[in-house]
Amino acid sequence: MDSVDLEHFLVVGALLFAVGLYMTLAKRNFVGVLIGIELMFNAVNLTFISFSRFVESAEPLNGHIFVIFVITVAAAEAAVALALAVLLYRLRDTIDVDRIDLLKW
Amino acid sequence: MEDTGTIVAFWILALITVGAAFGVAAVRNQIHSVVLLIVTFAGVAGLYITLSADFIAVVQILIYIGAIAILIIFAIVLTPRAGRLNQEGFMLLPALGLAALVAGTMIFVAFDTSWAISERDGFEETATAIGDLLLDKYALPFEIASVLLLSAILGAILLVRPEGAEEEIE
Amino acid sequence: MVILLKGEWYDLRDLANPVRELIDGIGLPDAVDYVLWSLIASVAILTWLVVSVIAFIWIERRVVALMQNRKGPNRVGPAGLLQPIADAIKLLLKEAITTRDADRMLFWLAPIIVFIPTIVVFAVVPFGESMVLANLNVGVLFLIAVAGIMTPAVFIAGWSSNNKYALLAAMRTIAMLISYEIVQVLALLSVVIFIGSMNLQTFVSWQDEYNTWLIFIMPLPLVAYLIAGAVEINRSPMDISEAESELAAGYHTEYGGIKFGFFYQAEYMAGFAIAAAVTTLFLGGWTLWGLEEWIPGWIIFLGKLYAVFFLYIWSRGTLPRLRIDQLMSFAWKFMLPLMLVNVLVIGAEVFIWEETGASRNIALPAIGAVNTTLAVILVVGWGRFLGHGSGRQRGYRATLTREIGKIYYTGAEAS
Repeated sequence: MDSVDLEHFLVVGALLFAVGLYMTLAKRNFVGVLIGIELMFNAVNLTFISFSRFVESAEPLNGHIFVIFVITVAAAEAAVALALAVLLYRLRDTIDVDRIDLLKW
Repeated sequence: MEDTGTIVAFWILALITVGAAFGVAAVRNQIHSVVLLIVTFAGVAGLYITLSADFIAVVQILIYIGAIAILIIFAIVLTPRAGRLNQEGFMLLPALGLAALVAGTMIFVAFDTSWAISERDGFEETATAIGDLLLDKYALPFEIASVLLLSAILGAILLVRPEGAEEEIE
Repeated sequence: MVILLKGEWYDLRDLANPVRELIDGIGLPDAVDYVLWSLIASVAILTWLVVSVIAFIWIERRVVALMQNRKGPNRVGPAGLLQPIADAIKLLLKEAITTRDADRMLFWLAPIIVFIPTIVVFAVVPFGESMVLANLNVGVLFLIAVAGIMTPAVFIAGWSSNNKYALLAAMRTIAMLISYEIVQVLALLSVVIFIGSMNLQTFVSWQDEYNTWLIFIMPLPLVAYLIAGAVEINRSPMDISEAESELAAGYHTEYGGIKFGFFYQAEYMAGFAIAAAVTTLFLGGWTLWGLEEWIPGWIIFLGKLYAVFFLYIWSRGTLPRLRIDQLMSFAWKFMLPLMLVNVLVIGAEVFIWEETGASRNIALPAIGAVNTTLAVILVVGWGRFLGHGSGRQRGYRATLTREIGKIYYTGAEAS
């Protein structure tokens, strides 16, 4: 290992995204699903910043600006999603995603 | 980036980040999962510093560890009778397969594409430049983001407002 | 005096230089140089912190005792000077009980996570002319972000105790911390807008070049940052989370022995961190209007730091404790609008200064006068508007006047 290149950071981003995707699809607790979504946001941010650092571009800081907006939207979305989780718990007394199936056939 | 300091730092931080992320999915206790999530956020902030994105690293610590982790903790505390075992539903194997497939595809694309690597050696100071861009070229998304945050705050408050005399939280 | 301070090879005014020269002289590769320099600087900062905490345990108890008209500890050594050592030995020798149902790993981890941010903050603070461990370009934001790491640490401490009262106290503490984090950020935002950079060395050099301290130009962010800092470190009069006479001990109820010692020490170190930030940002850091030729910069800095910390000791001995709802309403209803108006006013001042291009001798006193009067008007006016007026809710004196069989009370009625 004599240098750290773009590919290394992209691999880390890919692994984080895969773990986040697994948690979003497979966890039973609704908060677990949201944790997976946050991991996916982090992976995407890391990929943006590494592209901004390494890749030739006319405006290199575009990646950073995008990441600022992604962080902002992630914070807003986490607030609303966790409010939904608390409301769901209040109505159904559970936040197990397998048991919230009123709309199922 | 060929100096040994950055290489050592990258490998340590990458191992911590990916290890903690696997731990978030794998541990059997939800609070441990949240603590490992905080470690993942800190690891990602460290990786931002190796990429010379100093402003974004500090913003990551401030917002993700200082605010979003606290939101998740509040949601866990405010749902007392939910299961804390961090177990998976019946979609475990399909999700595992899909995640592995997605990771494999992305890693293959990362190694196979020939990226247009630039000769730049990292940014010196990003905060001023980001500020200039945010207020000059990207002023409209900046204002829209503030409206978005306001609507998210109002929405979250309206959703969990106790109705009538039902005041279980003081 | 200058002859004594600076010789051919030593310069007491800047302790970092000889260390750097020494390390460069050995001739190791650059990466090892950097690691060695960081290690030596970290050890120096840690040593100074531990010595300061030990000294200030004694100083605080004696000073608070003097304010309360009693003697402090005076038995242990000569005039009680060995009292902190006795405290430390007691904490080390006590059994650090881990309750049976507590979450073992998190229980052991929580004191460490609470302790780490209070030390890391000192990495960006300039102690002298080049005595900065890491001269970050986002230093001010680093201060705020690292202080924000305490919030999940407090929760981990409260949760892993497996004690519902500790958890309740931890949730209250977290609510307090996140409210005052916003006040802190807005207070520092106005200062950063004025100076134009987030680098702490730039703050000190700006105050040196313009020959004034920032406290004379904008007093309101200083007061707000002192108050928000006192809440962030859970210090009296806002120590509702560890109110010794009320809640057993808040979120560190179940911690005994050296684990409690960590929390205790972290409170002092966090107090020093807030005082260091206030000294660098508002009080001119290591400069003293040209006096740093004769007195080493780091002595000036430490003197100012201890003076600001004395303010905290003073308020502990004098002010009564605030209730949690008083604290929260103070943050959201009083401080937050004030800080927003402050940001607006300072932004407007910077804009007007740059547009008119006035010289600094006219602009700076004008800005200082405007800011000070505005601060007084805002604090008094907004307080009156919110209903904390003077004379209305003070304790009324009930006077009895007798009128054939009836008793009249004069003064305002309690609602």
